[in-house]
Amino acid sequence: MYVAVKGGETAISNAHRLMANRRRGDRNVPALSVEQIVNQLSLGVDRVMAEGSLYDPELAAMAVRQARGDLIEAIFLLRAYRTTLPRFSNARPIDTNRMRIERRVSATFKDIPGGQLLGPTFDYTHRLIDPSMAGDEAVAHPVKRERPTDESCPRVTDLLDSQGLIEADVPSNDEPGDLTREAIAYPVGREIRLQALTRGDEGFLLALGYSTQRGYGRTHPFVGEIRIGMVDVEVEVPEVGFAVCIGAIRVTECQMVSQFKGSGDSPPRFTRGYGLIFGQSERKAMAMSLVDRAMRADEFNEQRLAPAQDEEFVLEHCDNVQATGFVEHLKLPHYVDFQAELDLLRTLRREAAMASADTPMSEAAE
Amino acid sequence: MTNPSLPAYNFAYLDEQTKRMIRRAILKAIAVPGYQVPFASRDMPMPYGWGTGGVQVTASILGPDDVLKVIDQGADDTTNAVSIRAFFAKVADVATTTRTEDATIIQTRHRIPETPLAHGQIIVYQVPIPEPLRFLEPRETETRVMHALEEYGLVHVKLYEDIAQHGHIATTYAYPVKVEGRYVMDPSPIPKFDNPKMHHSPALQLFGAGREKRIYALPPFTDVVSLDFEDHPFTVQRFDCRCALCDAQDVYMDEVITDDRGGRMFVCSDTDHCETRRSEGCQGAGLPQHCTAKAGWEAAE
Repeated sequence: MYVAVKGGETAISNAHRLMANRRRGDRNVPALSVEQIVNQLSLGVDRVMAEGSLYDPELAAMAVRQARGDLIEAIFLLRAYRTTLPRFSNARPIDTNRMRIERRVSATFKDIPGGQLLGPTFDYTHRLIDPSMAGDEAVAHPVKRERPTDESCPRVTDLLDSQGLIEADVPSNDEPGDLTREAIAYPVGREIRLQALTRGDEGFLLALGYSTQRGYGRTHPFVGEIRIGMVDVEVEVPEVGFAVCIGAIRVTECQMVSQFKGSGDSPPRFTRGYGLIFGQSERKAMAMSLVDRAMRADEFNEQRLAPAQDEEFVLEHCDNVQATGFVEHLKLPHYVDFQAELDLLRTLRREAAMASADTPMSEAAE
Repeated sequence: MTNPSLPAYNFAYLDEQTKRMIRRAILKAIAVPGYQVPFASRDMPMPYGWGTGGVQVTASILGPDDVLKVIDQGADDTTNAVSIRAFFAKVADVATTTRTEDATIIQTRHRIPETPLAHGQIIVYQVPIPEPLRFLEPRETETRVMHALEEYGLVHVKLYEDIAQHGHIATTYAYPVKVEGRYVMDPSPIPKFDNPKMHHSPALQLFGAGREKRIYALPPFTDVVSLDFEDHPFTVQRFDCRCALCDAQDVYMDEVITDDRGGRMFVCSDTDHCETRRSEGCQGAGLPQHCTAKAGWEAAE
């Protein structure tokens, strides 16, 4: 009987062996290739990269496969690898003005310089399970536009800014903090909040963003612009004295135009909520920009009453790797603490029984 | 990336810069006993809540000549202890042991070994929630001020409310202690049975909370006093049974249910202690006992 807790080593290795067997499944079915996952489950791969905070589609795809499609597990795998990587430099801030745009929509203006571009979206599809996709039917090639030679595509918020209608984006030369390399102390700067949100759990941010729309920290949001596309990543190389492009990444950016504010010295202006996510993830970029704006309550002297406005609450709970670990640790043995509780409970019950021993209806004490 | 270069890991997994950062936090923690030092906790290859803080502390202090013991619930054989021990055997190639007295570093979850720790040993506790005031005040910004001002009345009120409602202090594990008369500290979820072992221990005691990004410490021979009241002094659990395997008494016991008719037996929670006693010829009753589990409180009865 007592040997049940023994032999942990064998049990673990057998469990892992069984898991590997389940992961591979029917051996007559070809194994999934990393290329298949990168190409055909790309939005899942994007989510793993975004919340794993590491832009590497092949590694993310390997993690998805290793995790049997459990994306939070795959995110965890990527994070645990990322943490061991050396930092050799900081990239220059990416310039989304020079994005090679695949999708761009604005909900605030009917037409905008550079145009609206629907791009690869589920929007306006009817969510009917498509029987033709059961097999591998030929898929038509996409229609491509001529890319304009003038790549610049001004942001809608910049257009509003040029008229003074929205708070200015103030450039800063301050070194941003790094959530993954420093212990954070509250209150934190906006850059730390944005770091936490961009790697935070999509579902959690979605729910919080949604809650602001339903009155828990309302921000009157309009989608100024969402853009998705490739941007270059540049690194300053001291030896050569200029920035070198080390690659391109796909990002989703959302600029939310929110509740206007004014003060004694300045006329009212719209305020901003910002979202930026690795890969294509409009849902999360939008939720992030809603929560970012809600957390700026103090800046605009708004009362902080709702969960989405509370940076300590949001930042401490948005990380799904932390959350899943701590929730799931409850399945680890707790015999010792449970025994302590059991003893107390038995003592209290015995005392209660003795106290009511006079009454004939009382249960016998143990 | 069709052929990803295989990752290579440093001795004890963490890179040396990270170890230095953690060691600085440990030194600060030792200098201010019981104070929770924030540190830049890393993502680790095991889940948060499963010992990432303890693992980071151990990884930072581990040397090639160390002998490591890992226990969970007092046992060397529980799955998570096996997993963490295997991790260090793999990434640091250190000797491991189950013998408390042979270990130079003991990483633990929820227990302190029965064998008294000795000078030169280090015990590393895995801590889920390092803040003893957390369940009284959920905000870190508030609790840090409370520590700074030594404003601990709330803890005493909580203990008093227990007595008013139940006749006892209803905290049975993670029982708060006061360190060197200054900081109230969470001893990690050890049963309060183990609290007295922390007081004036000759071993260095380190506490790591990975998810919460805090490290704290008790240098050897530190005053560690469990909070109580004059008329309700601190007491520990006492088991009236003896260990069914080694006949030990006055140790912490696991209750093992042996059938569905109330049969159960009590065995040492500390497996090394139990095995050592048995190798010395001690033998318990063995069979499931219909013992009445009269674990109680000295002061209560």
